[in-house]
Amino acid sequence: MNYDERLQHVSVMGAAGKMGSGILLLTAVEMADRSLMPENKGKTFVLNAIDLSDEGLAGLMDYLRVQVQKVAEKKTVWLRQMYADRADLIENYDIINQYINDVMRIVRPTTAMETTYRSNLVFEAVSENKDLKVKLLRQIDANNPGKPWYFTNTSSVPIHIVENEAGLDGRVLGFHFYNPPAVQKLVELIVTPKTLAETKAFALDYAKALGKVVVPSNDFAGFIGNGHFMRDALHGINEALELAKTRPLTEAIYMVNKVSQDFLVRPMGIFQLIDYVGVDVVQFIMKVMNPHLTGEDLHSDVLDQMMALGVKGGQLSSGAQKDGFLKYDKGAPIAVYDMEKKSYVNIADFMTTCDAALGKLPEPYSPWKAAVKIKDKDAHFGPFFGSLKTMDTLGAKLALRYGKRSDAIGRKLVADKVANNEQDVNTVMLTGFFHAYGPINGYFNE
Amino acid sequence: MNIMRRKVYMTAGYNTISMGTGRKEFNPKKNRPGLEHYIHEAGQGVVSQIGGAEKIDESVIGNFMAARFNNQAHLGGFMATIDPSLEFKPALSVEGACGSGGLSLISGIRSVLAETADVVLAMGVEVQNTVKAIYGADILAGAGWFANRKKGHAYFFPGQFSDRAGAYYEKYGFDYGRKGMGRWFRNAMENARLDPTAQEHHNNTPDLDALYNKMKPNGASFVDHLNVLDCSKVSDGASAIAVVSEEGLRRLGIDKKDAVEIVGWAQLTRNITQDPPDLVELTTIKKAAAAALKNAGITIDQVGTIETHDCFSIAGVLATEALGLAAPGKGAEYVTAGNTARDGVMPMNTTGGLIGWGHPTGATGVHQAVTIWQQLTGKAGAAQILLKADRPYGLTINMGGDDVTVVAIVYKRGA
Repeated sequence: MNYDERLQHVSVMGAAGKMGSGILLLTAVEMADRSLMPENKGKTFVLNAIDLSDEGLAGLMDYLRVQVQKVAEKKTVWLRQMYADRADLIENYDIINQYINDVMRIVRPTTAMETTYRSNLVFEAVSENKDLKVKLLRQIDANNPGKPWYFTNTSSVPIHIVENEAGLDGRVLGFHFYNPPAVQKLVELIVTPKTLAETKAFALDYAKALGKVVVPSNDFAGFIGNGHFMRDALHGINEALELAKTRPLTEAIYMVNKVSQDFLVRPMGIFQLIDYVGVDVVQFIMKVMNPHLTGEDLHSDVLDQMMALGVKGGQLSSGAQKDGFLKYDKGAPIAVYDMEKKSYVNIADFMTTCDAALGKLPEPYSPWKAAVKIKDKDAHFGPFFGSLKTMDTLGAKLALRYGKRSDAIGRKLVADKVANNEQDVNTVMLTGFFHAYGPINGYFNE
Repeated sequence: MNIMRRKVYMTAGYNTISMGTGRKEFNPKKNRPGLEHYIHEAGQGVVSQIGGAEKIDESVIGNFMAARFNNQAHLGGFMATIDPSLEFKPALSVEGACGSGGLSLISGIRSVLAETADVVLAMGVEVQNTVKAIYGADILAGAGWFANRKKGHAYFFPGQFSDRAGAYYEKYGFDYGRKGMGRWFRNAMENARLDPTAQEHHNNTPDLDALYNKMKPNGASFVDHLNVLDCSKVSDGASAIAVVSEEGLRRLGIDKKDAVEIVGWAQLTRNITQDPPDLVELTTIKKAAAAALKNAGITIDQVGTIETHDCFSIAGVLATEALGLAAPGKGAEYVTAGNTARDGVMPMNTTGGLIGWGHPTGATGVHQAVTIWQQLTGKAGAAQILLKADRPYGLTINMGGDDVTVVAIVYKRGA
């Protein structure tokens, strides 16, 4: 079965979810593009979009149409060549509409997972629950005579466990997109000792066709991305708890969030990132990873408390940020959740005092948006963090500890053989988390 | 035949801002003013200089594709929105693709020559930022023959002029051609910075040559032989000017020295269903300019400044050849040497032209006349150039489609 034949019948499980919808979009577009190739004229391509939620599937189809139109508008030059033999398609408008139609006709939204029984390839993007994943894949494999391949989007569950428990025997690999899949360039690729060579080769071809940057990760819970993020988040939470010994926790959360965003020049502060991913998701991933770790406890009571209070963050289906540790107005944090009072405290009430306590930013300061575009990162961040190290302020001290911890987490991922090398760790954080510089950098060495 | 049987003047010109990418205040995601706003602003811009709309006998509005960009045809009906006194007076709309503005001007000129009007309000308008560029390309392709649309490029008109640029590189050399086109681009930006209504007025790129040279044409993402810097802007805007007789000037109370006199003009049209006879020559422009200069009884050497239709930088370079400023194949060299810069022997497009000032398609021909009126009467502000005594004339070349409809007009300051 060649690349195109493999793609002729595909299913995405959890297609209406945050990750599933992006995977569905990218796959639908790739399948439609293959179907337009002269050698594939007349062949049928089928992509099952499977989800438990009818409402979610309806929203998915709306999302898909809008996104496919944007995709088509960007490649109209190519599409005009593909439709050159269609005398009825003259204007760009005609061609773009036809392409939208050609993508949409591939996609079959359904709540019936039996449709996977005829698929050659199954993407699994259901919730981050090992037992659920195993149950579904086992059921599909028992009913699908075609020995399909399974690509799981899990960000934490070791692939070999899924493979063994579902009895997939080399026909599974981890294909971990970053959120949102349609935008983020990174894919973590995880194979098991049994993964078939042709399955991996297909995965690499598919990733290349999608324009993704593939970083191989070894099969350890959390892989590289969450291996770094979860520990980094725990460090942030613990720093806030430490600060909270002398001031309210709400202020401490604000300050650590500010340090991790502004002083460390990241796209968002650590508490905002936890909210973005979802407090529930972070808690869950830690829970999945923790049993597989030795010599450390990846767990936070603060996350448990937040969950108990029902404050979860995450995003609305529109992509808007839901309130979590922080409350947002047009995407910007404006208040911090007070777990005792069970209400939000406005940042404006304490910002001046807290900012003064942190002290000013090091020079020469370039905010993340500008810094991320700087070509010679060492030339910029070397002096910047060099100046940070000489500052005797609370902000500088917190940032220095944070940077060192982030560096150490990265190095430990290599030492533990989760990542093959330091470069892979840095690539994951640069492309999957949009950091302006890799965590393993030496900037924070004394 | 002397077509100037009566003295005709233009005065009281007005340009709105050319709105679109490049302007700081432009936000494609926010609602923006529509046709009604631009027609009203430009109309009022003239009315306020002539002492009231009741002095206007009739009006003409040039527009290319409001019927598709804005789902609105029948623009003559909007003239009375400028001022109630324009209601129940003649108002017509004219269309000749991107040459619509020029047709608006000569419609006014003809009315004055025919002695059916002494004061004509001539306007041009286009509001194009209503659709994304990829759909705008469909709409603008209407300036060509629709039978050719299927085989044309996604970006149809850039595709047409890319072919012309490709032919120029083929015949005279790639680097040679790019050098001239790059200098044309630099001149456009530098001139636009001097005009507060220009779309590139806020341009502050420190090294325009470096920027231009960095962006190699790439057929995979755009067209084969042009980059986006070689192209005019997608613009919303309107321009208007009063076309008047001597009697009309008296009625307006405007001194002749604050007006320009139309000393010659020509309007020629090429067969739209045929390909251009020669890709490296703008044949219709060549013929129209020659006819207008002959009509005016002058030679190109007496012209002090030109506004030419640089929808693409290659059109600017080819225009220098079509106008006889440079021999065939020598246009790029002529531009590279700085001859068309604002301090050169023949300053061209002194407020940025279509690439720098902007290209609200149906308004462009009128904008050119306003610029010449400003330059010849000393009203060009920071963009003012110094005209030499032996070169007192101005020339505008407005083109619709790929050298299909051309309006050429020769001006001198009123005296």
